[in-house]
Amino acid sequence: MVDVNEEGFFEHPEQWTREIASQIAADDGIDELTPQHWQVIDFMRKEYFAKGTGPTVRVLGKTSGVTVKDLYLLFPKGPAKMAARIAGIPKPKGCI
Amino acid sequence: MTRNIVILGGGTGGTLTANRLRRHFDHDDVAITVIDQDDHHVYQPGLLFVPFGLAAPDEIIRPLQRQLHRHIEFIQADIDMVDVERDTVVLPGGREVHYDVLIVATGATLALDETEGLTGQGWMSNVFTFYDLAGAAGLHDALTEFQGGRIVVNVVDMPIKCPVAPLEFCFLADWYFTQRGIRDQVHITYATPLDAAFTKPIAAAALGDLLTEKGIELVTEFNTGSIVSTTDGPGALVGYDGREVPFDLAVVVPLHSGAAYVGRSPGLGDDLNFVPTNQATLQTMAHPNIFAIGDATNVPASKAGSVTHFEGEVLTENVIRFLEGRELDATYDGHANCFIETGFGKALLIDFNYATEPMEGHFPAAVGLPLLKESRLNHLGKLMFQSFYWHGLLPGRDIPLIGADMPTRGKHRPTTKTNHTTQQGATR
Repeated sequence: MVDVNEEGFFEHPEQWTREIASQIAADDGIDELTPQHWQVIDFMRKEYFAKGTGPTVRVLGKTSGVTVKDLYLLFPKGPAKMAARIAGIPKPKGCI
Repeated sequence: MTRNIVILGGGTGGTLTANRLRRHFDHDDVAITVIDQDDHHVYQPGLLFVPFGLAAPDEIIRPLQRQLHRHIEFIQADIDMVDVERDTVVLPGGREVHYDVLIVATGATLALDETEGLTGQGWMSNVFTFYDLAGAAGLHDALTEFQGGRIVVNVVDMPIKCPVAPLEFCFLADWYFTQRGIRDQVHITYATPLDAAFTKPIAAAALGDLLTEKGIELVTEFNTGSIVSTTDGPGALVGYDGREVPFDLAVVVPLHSGAAYVGRSPGLGDDLNFVPTNQATLQTMAHPNIFAIGDATNVPASKAGSVTHFEGEVLTENVIRFLEGRELDATYDGHANCFIETGFGKALLIDFNYATEPMEGHFPAAVGLPLLKESRLNHLGKLMFQSFYWHGLLPGRDIPLIGADMPTRGKHRPTTKTNHTTQQGATR
């Protein structure tokens, strides 16, 4: 049992496991998480626990080692939100 | 011994803080220095009106130094870097300015180069921004000549200064072309990276309805990857997801970053050159004697003049407390207050803070300006504000009846919780 909100974002990131991530990705149309996917997912979790919110697409493109173009190939439905869901962290605040 | 307060940036936050601190401290005790790269001060809310001929460029620009109290030293120079360990600002050529307290007030800058094709062939002929004076003036000429076709207003990504301004631009464009009698020849599209017209749900719904009412197309979750343009033909915004939005005239709000010197100053800024800052005290994470205000910070409030204004009260108090060795006052609540011009002589007003989103009611109390509703009174409020800006806000005077804390009297709290609704216990 994990708690998610109505948009599918985790309420409690500590409930996340790598197996659950693969399952969420599959539900979202990503059949297999490649090492590049994992690079982004691990980066997002690291950022979340360090800063309290996940990074925006722009910050991901600058700091994750994956370009924004490639981020969209990896997570076609919008990298920040899709990767945050798979990484088991709340929706990035980013925008006010 | 005289202590030095150095303020980087002479915009809204730098100027009002310098003037407030100058009034508090004796000249012999504290010297105040403002450093800015140029000597003009633009009334930024006025930029919205320039494209529509509702304000002329020379009406919204004034000499910067003249807005500062005469006992404030002004240095016109670029900033090379801040050495946070040595309490020193380094200027080009190696000149050093030492400080006891530093205030970062250098705002946000437009990062035009970060969007592929933005400054391509059509730049300043059919691709513009109104976020600087040259762009707003150029856009005025382009709108005057515009006889019909597709106009797209595009926010590349958040955060941006005054997040409502692009929406106001859409509303004013609707009014402008209606006045010219060619509204039916003009297709207006608003393309935003957000999943709705605005960030806060109640306001987003109200603003979304206004877009629909005015026949403005809303394209959401659009992340501009590149812009294709020619000098005189049509162009297109191309999204990272492959979607295209065609245009004859593009009005783009570019990516924003903090000032470049922040990136050159080890330990001062984040990945976008904004300065990590305590959202309640405005002390930076970089060093206890460095504070920040306004668009330069990373606090989760709008990058808007009203935020800067309200922050100014808390910041001034905290700089005083810091120099006196007292505990800081942690009371800035994220208060923001924005008039949203909706065209045809009307405007909305929204008022919110970190914890409370904009809602309906009246401001600042049960009798006052209507919130989240179009009214002529709000439009007049917006127009009158410019005079208060130069004569009240920048000199550091308070607005009668309106303090830094967000007022709650007169607001209608929604009966159902609309923000952050959660569904506990859902399983995967």
